[in-house]
Amino acid sequence: MCLAIPAQLVELLPGEQAIVNLGGIRKTISIALIETVEVGDYVIVHVGHAIGKIDPEEAARTLAMFGELAEADNDRVSPSTKAAA
Amino acid sequence: MKYIDEFRDGDIARKISARLAEEVQPERQYSFMEFCGGHTHAISRYGIAGMLPPNVRMVHGPGCPVCVLPIGRIDLAIKLALEFGVIVCTYGDTMRVPASNSLSLVKAKARGGDIRMVYSAADALEVARQNPEREVVFFAIGFETTTPPTALAIRDAQRAQLKNFSVLCCHVLTPSAITHILESPEVRQYGTVPIDGFVGPAHVSIVIGSQPYEHFSDEYRKPVVIAGFEPLDVMQAVLMLVRQVNEGRAEVENEFSRVVSRGGNLQAQALVSEIFELRTTFEWRGLGEVPYSALKIRPSYAQFDAECRFDLSYQPVADNKACECGAILRGVKKPTDCKIFGTVCTPENPVGSCMVSSEGACAAHYSYGRFRDIPVVVESI
Ligand code: SF4
Repeated sequence: MCLAIPAQLVELLPGEQAIVNLGGIRKTISIALIETVEVGDYVIVHVGHAIGKIDPEEAARTLAMFGELAEADNDRVSPSTKAAA
Repeated sequence: MKYIDEFRDGDIARKISARLAEEVQPERQYSFMEFCGGHTHAISRYGIAGMLPPNVRMVHGPGCPVCVLPIGRIDLAIKLALEFGVIVCTYGDTMRVPASNSLSLVKAKARGGDIRMVYSAADALEVARQNPEREVVFFAIGFETTTPPTALAIRDAQRAQLKNFSVLCCHVLTPSAITHILESPEVRQYGTVPIDGFVGPAHVSIVIGSQPYEHFSDEYRKPVVIAGFEPLDVMQAVLMLVRQVNEGRAEVENEFSRVVSRGGNLQAQALVSEIFELRTTFEWRGLGEVPYSALKIRPSYAQFDAECRFDLSYQPVADNKACECGAILRGVKKPTDCKIFGTVCTPENPVGSCMVSSEGACAAHYSYGRFRDIPVVVESI
């Protein structure tokens, strides 16, 4: 029910609509609930609406945090990304 | 797929698991509640429970909107279809939830109710446009993730001056449910449900941000880590929670910073508050009446409120006696504690709500976890 998936915007349409590519499938969604987006952006799609935009830098940072963890087996990493910052 | 596959890497999962094993203090018990059904689903589906140290226990929370929907609310939707003859549009998951008189929306449909499954609130609006001579009601359920699309549908209906569209609003709020759990006797006094921290909602937090959870860390001294729904996200969140507990911290941390900010989606929040206001109380399955835990449509949009339009009044209905959903939703019991789990109650024929959606604790355990419960016996001849 709350599942939502990341999808890439491939075309903007009139009336706050857009087409996303979902693993090869093109689907029309509403972008009325989010601020400015551009073709190429990744958004989180939930029940046919984009509800948020993925920040590629933050995604890379999270992945790097896992990666760092994967390599640095012995020395501690402190990945606390404080929300309250 | 991008932003999915890389968060499912098995090798990295094993590394996080090893790190966890190293960092947990052996003499300590850790219990964390994952509020969202999405996390419950991920924990079962990817076998995360098996990758955690034995002294780290995950408690399933009430965060599946289908599971917490009380019978009386589904009865209202069925009444609209069967007695008022309206077209009821709803998300697929709600169709199979058992209601009163051995009915469900699916069974009411078989009895001639015009009940249609839609993928979004916007689709329900489209049904109304195409059937101007009929009344169309959207049976809206869900947490803060699903509320903005409903708000948008109401706003669009008003702009288009649609006369035949209304919403049976059953939208509920995450932070009030968490407060209710923390205030519950099981958690506060009896200690039957120890909770050392929460894995905070993923998609709900995209909309409301991480800020509403700061109350739990400040007031109740419980750490919260907001996490995405992919397996690595969940494991990393557990690691971050373990570290907070070890260091005696209680903070809100954000593992899902790729989409969640502190303030959330302000545009969606503004729309939601334009259309909805707080209900003073709302019944949740398993939690009972929870004050200020749900939304209703503002009086200025009353023409789109099915409860006003059809003069509906809510009647609470007790759950099936055999069903333990209530205790499961409060984290007091596990699916296997229910006598009819997997025998009388299965995903094909659910008796309780937790067996309906794949995010329900019972359905998740039935689909992915139940074979773990059967001890493997190796016989040598
Ligand atoms: S097994 Fe079925 S009846 Fe028992 S608690 Fe789960 S959903 Fe309810």
